[in-house]
Amino acid sequence: MRLRLEVNGRRRSADVPPMKRLLDVLREDFALTGTKEGCGEGECGACAVLVDGALVNSCLVAACQAAGTKIRTVEGLADGNAGATGLHPIQQAFWERGGAQCGICTPGMLMAAAALLATNAKPTEFEIREALAGNLCRCTGYVKIVEAVAAAARAKPSQRRTGRDAG
Amino acid sequence: MRGDSSTFEVVRPRGLAEALAELADPDRPMPLAGGTDLFVLLNDGRAPARRYLDLTLLDELRGIESSSAGLRLGARTTYTDLRHSRAILRRAPILAEMAATIGAVAIQNRGTLGGSLGNASPASDPAPVLLALDATVELARREGRRVERRTLALSDFFTGYRATAARANELVTAVSIPASSLSGWRYAYRKVGARRAQAISKVVAAVGVSDPARSDRPRHPAAARIAFGSVAATTVRAGAAEGVLAGRRLDPAAAAEARAALVAHDIRPIDDLRSSADYRTLVAGRILVTLLADLGGFSAADLLAG
Amino acid sequence: MRNERPGGSNLRQRALRVVGKNVLRHEGFGKLTGRARYVADLDVPGAWWGVTVRAPHARARLLEIRRDPSFEWGGAVVVTADDLARFGRTNIVALIGEDQPFLVAGLAEHPEEAVALVAAPTREAAERAAAHLEARYEELPSELDFERATTTFKKYEIHKGKLVRAFPLAHHIVTGTYRSGHQEQAYIENNGVVAFPPDPARGGIREVRGSMQCPFYIVAALARLFGEPRERMRVVQSTTGGGFGGKEEFPSMIAGHAALLAEACGRPVRMLYDRAEDMAATTKRHPARVTHRTALDRQGRILGMEIDVLLDGGAYSTLSPVVLSRAVLHAAGPYACDNLRITGRVVKTNTPPNGAFRGFGVPQVAFALERHLDRVAAHIGIDPVELRRRNLLEDGGTTATGQAVSDAGASRQALDAVLARSKWAATKRAHAAWNRKNTGKRRGLGLACYFHGTGFTGNGEIELASVAAVELLARGFVRVRTSSTEIGQGTRTVFAQIVAETLGLPYERVETFDPDTALVPDSGPTVASRTVAIVGRIVADAARALDRALAAQAGRKPGEPWAAREFERVGAAYLAAGGDPFFCARFSNPSRQEFDDVRYVGDAYAAYAWAATVVEVEVDLASFEVSVRRVTSAQEIGRAIHPRLAEGQLEGGLAQALGWGLFEEVVMRGGRMANGQLTNYVLPTAIDIPTIDLVLLERPYQHGPFGAKGIGELPMDGGAPAAVNAIADALAIDLDRIPATPERIALAWGAKAAAETSA
Repeated sequence: MRLRLEVNGRRRSADVPPMKRLLDVLREDFALTGTKEGCGEGECGACAVLVDGALVNSCLVAACQAAGTKIRTVEGLADGNAGATGLHPIQQAFWERGGAQCGICTPGMLMAAAALLATNAKPTEFEIREALAGNLCRCTGYVKIVEAVAAAARAKPSQRRTGRDAG
Repeated sequence: MRGDSSTFEVVRPRGLAEALAELADPDRPMPLAGGTDLFVLLNDGRAPARRYLDLTLLDELRGIESSSAGLRLGARTTYTDLRHSRAILRRAPILAEMAATIGAVAIQNRGTLGGSLGNASPASDPAPVLLALDATVELARREGRRVERRTLALSDFFTGYRATAARANELVTAVSIPASSLSGWRYAYRKVGARRAQAISKVVAAVGVSDPARSDRPRHPAAARIAFGSVAATTVRAGAAEGVLAGRRLDPAAAAEARAALVAHDIRPIDDLRSSADYRTLVAGRILVTLLADLGGFSAADLLAG
Repeated sequence: MRNERPGGSNLRQRALRVVGKNVLRHEGFGKLTGRARYVADLDVPGAWWGVTVRAPHARARLLEIRRDPSFEWGGAVVVTADDLARFGRTNIVALIGEDQPFLVAGLAEHPEEAVALVAAPTREAAERAAAHLEARYEELPSELDFERATTTFKKYEIHKGKLVRAFPLAHHIVTGTYRSGHQEQAYIENNGVVAFPPDPARGGIREVRGSMQCPFYIVAALARLFGEPRERMRVVQSTTGGGFGGKEEFPSMIAGHAALLAEACGRPVRMLYDRAEDMAATTKRHPARVTHRTALDRQGRILGMEIDVLLDGGAYSTLSPVVLSRAVLHAAGPYACDNLRITGRVVKTNTPPNGAFRGFGVPQVAFALERHLDRVAAHIGIDPVELRRRNLLEDGGTTATGQAVSDAGASRQALDAVLARSKWAATKRAHAAWNRKNTGKRRGLGLACYFHGTGFTGNGEIELASVAAVELLARGFVRVRTSSTEIGQGTRTVFAQIVAETLGLPYERVETFDPDTALVPDSGPTVASRTVAIVGRIVADAARALDRALAAQAGRKPGEPWAAREFERVGAAYLAAGGDPFFCARFSNPSRQEFDDVRYVGDAYAAYAWAATVVEVEVDLASFEVSVRRVTSAQEIGRAIHPRLAEGQLEGGLAQALGWGLFEEVVMRGGRMANGQLTNYVLPTAIDIPTIDLVLLERPYQHGPFGAKGIGELPMDGGAPAAVNAIADALAIDLDRIPATPERIALAWGAKAAAETSA
């Protein structure tokens, strides 16, 4: 089928099998390899992206179901919302606070955090943890990820935070 | 993904009648809604079908309607919809409570009630809650040019392991909860999984008790509805335990008897990858006690001491 | 909390400017923007896909591999053990025991063992072709229960003092047997590589890129496989999505497979495992049974310990001998005991080989010992804290091998710190009151004390003789060249800090990159908590060599910090004069470590890091689900080069330890992992683990860079016993096996109830 959709603000199209996973469309047809595959069973969240603003696991979505939608991936997270370093406030907070270790869960984590902060500007620690509960991380024990999301929520209104050491 | 996605076909109807026409065909496609179960199989190379019927464009299957008759939930109602619907939060908050225990955000955004019922997994989390709410399932099929609908009590819907009373040409279009279940009843829900999110239930239960004020005797509920998942081949109503409680004052003695009846008659759990039959039996009884204690306003502690 | 400043001969007396600061990570940006290229993200034009055909039986004779004659084989290549024999390849994965083949030749020793390799232009085509290979087997009897297994890969014994004198004097003798299961590393990026065919234009170089911890292990394995010099193998790490030991030895296998297929089809070949294949076929933590017999005096001082460690090695020895070695060396814990005998054995079963996993044998023995000590305390009627306090090592105390450790009293500091921070005594009292309210839940508190040796065991580092280099670049920059991999822990950042601090340069002046064996010396593997403490020291030595050369060029005293501009000027002059830009240093055994690896006596490790952890739990009496309410841990780590990264290691390690102790159960059926999906193998999520309250203690290790010790594995060792002790405390039950799942807790609760009824 001819798939037409919007990815990170750009209109894109591709000829794909209708049951191809959205994950594979992003990675193979649009060369957006920031979205990762960790399990292929909707458990780990490494493939999480926003479809029309809603967080989904792109390994569980058929290409045809994404037709006509607006997709945001980690590559487009900072578009129109970047600080001095070119990073989105959530990315900046992850960098400063050790939210990313090996980095493989990070794109999905960032998208889950973005989905949370879009609807809940001042989440509690539990709300942050619940919002990230579909994203497995094996490196951090989640501590610094939760701290980073909380910091991003605090920084969000001003968005003036720059890349200097927060330590 | 194992297997070859280019070998699958998808039909994408724009209306219910068109979708049902596809299902009327003997070479019918398999319905696909949120994909949260189907794609797990596809990723593992265990495709259950070659042709799929994508329901994404069927807006008729969406929406939560609240009326004097009760609640009607379109089959494509997602768990996120349940968590945020004002009508649900006001009239059936137990459904929102249940929805919050499904997977995590990304799964709640995609998974649908219709998909869960159609799959008929014995580990379904919505099924016990809907059984306790005495829900009915609306099924639609195509007869010639007409769309025929019929309604089934959910308790008659699950017929065996991953089997339902829906015919091959029928689609689950909605779930309805009668108004009689929405006032004069109180509900409690408990899911026991291996972790607090992203978990498939080891035992899941929902209990409803009718308002004692409507009973002949004060403080004695007229009726109880108890349903359990992951303890038998299907989600089950616990008829024996319900029988113990009917017309009976909700107190520790009644809870203990209900537990004994449940374990003796209502459930038949098995050992599998996620838990053991012994654990499920023990814990089904113990969570029934805690749910009844919550609803009856007594302490379950003594019943849990041994 | 940092309670001490560095001292010692190799440490600068001036204030540190880069070390100890939370500088922004070198590896940060690409990982946050999706630009970092993991192996699955590499764009390799013309690459084919490789897949593996695996044995279905626990043990079987491979009779024949038949190609379906009706299938069009023109679009695929197949490699079997016969092909290796035909082309003179050595069908052995080079490691310690040399018993594991790349492909089954004759005997298949475990389920999922590789039998044939297939490559084709697409993954789908390769899968289709593989489905048309028919392997026939004769099934043979197998051994799946390691407690009954009779084939021993390796044995060790440690003797200290006279056990026969200790037990007759004992006022108490307490015994116990403790068991722990497999654990899956569960890095979120599965194993994967891309191999390129030998390139005649470059002297037949064979190149492999991929996800790995130890590039030179792969070099050695490929050289052995192809019978070619190591120089002809080029191994490049791609950004790696976690390792935890799971990418220590296994990548040699998959790299060999992909290289064989690349040669067979004359194209690059990609082999990327999916989750199911990775869980089924790759290594896991060794299951263990540890038995203790402990003699104590009236006051609860340990007089003698008899410990036996049995590990399940799986079908091939792989790294099992060294895992067992580290297990027996840590089995007596950070406790003083003059008389002990520790025996250890690792045996063969027909299951996929078990291998490296963070902790490397220590978590198993630490679980057994720390659980045993709580049982001992209950038996003799003293407080578990007091029992540990009476027996922890003091400064200068000796370990099981008689090694006198100058800073062993750090174990006591860690205990005191964690008790204070967790408000142990007050929390205990609060729990007692809360539990009396009888709410249907119970709360408990558990403690564990533990230690972990830095670097390779015994003479390992001397034999490795690792090398690291720094390179002087134009414009006053310096580049670090090592084979140590960044796998999330921040290797590149920390090395840059060490070099910047050594030279007195700004952090931004130091460059790093992911290892490419064509460009870096062999700094040894990225394992054994050795990267910062051992390799980092060599990096600092290399930087000092650079400093001396430039100081001589400038006619100034070495060891003084450089102004960036002056460094740039002198460096340019040095290079212009034809000076060699590369400065290498080799491991020099700075601590004068001596170890008798026959008698197992002497300095088993260059240094030890020490820790104590307190876990608070709440157990639901309806479901026996455990909620971890608080984790408090004091970890003495020498020096935190980058405190935030250090905390990240400790928090992540504690989370893995809680996962192992409470959630993660590998269900084996017929020698195969039956729950090899992330749905059924239960990793903790963000709402299963609370915030972790850390106390960092720093007693600098004289020979580590700026005092740093190895910390990567330490936190993995003690989280599980602390959690299980807390559950046992909450419910007044005995638990001797992990994971302590609700199912097991329910059984123990039932046993207690039955005992109370009959009593």
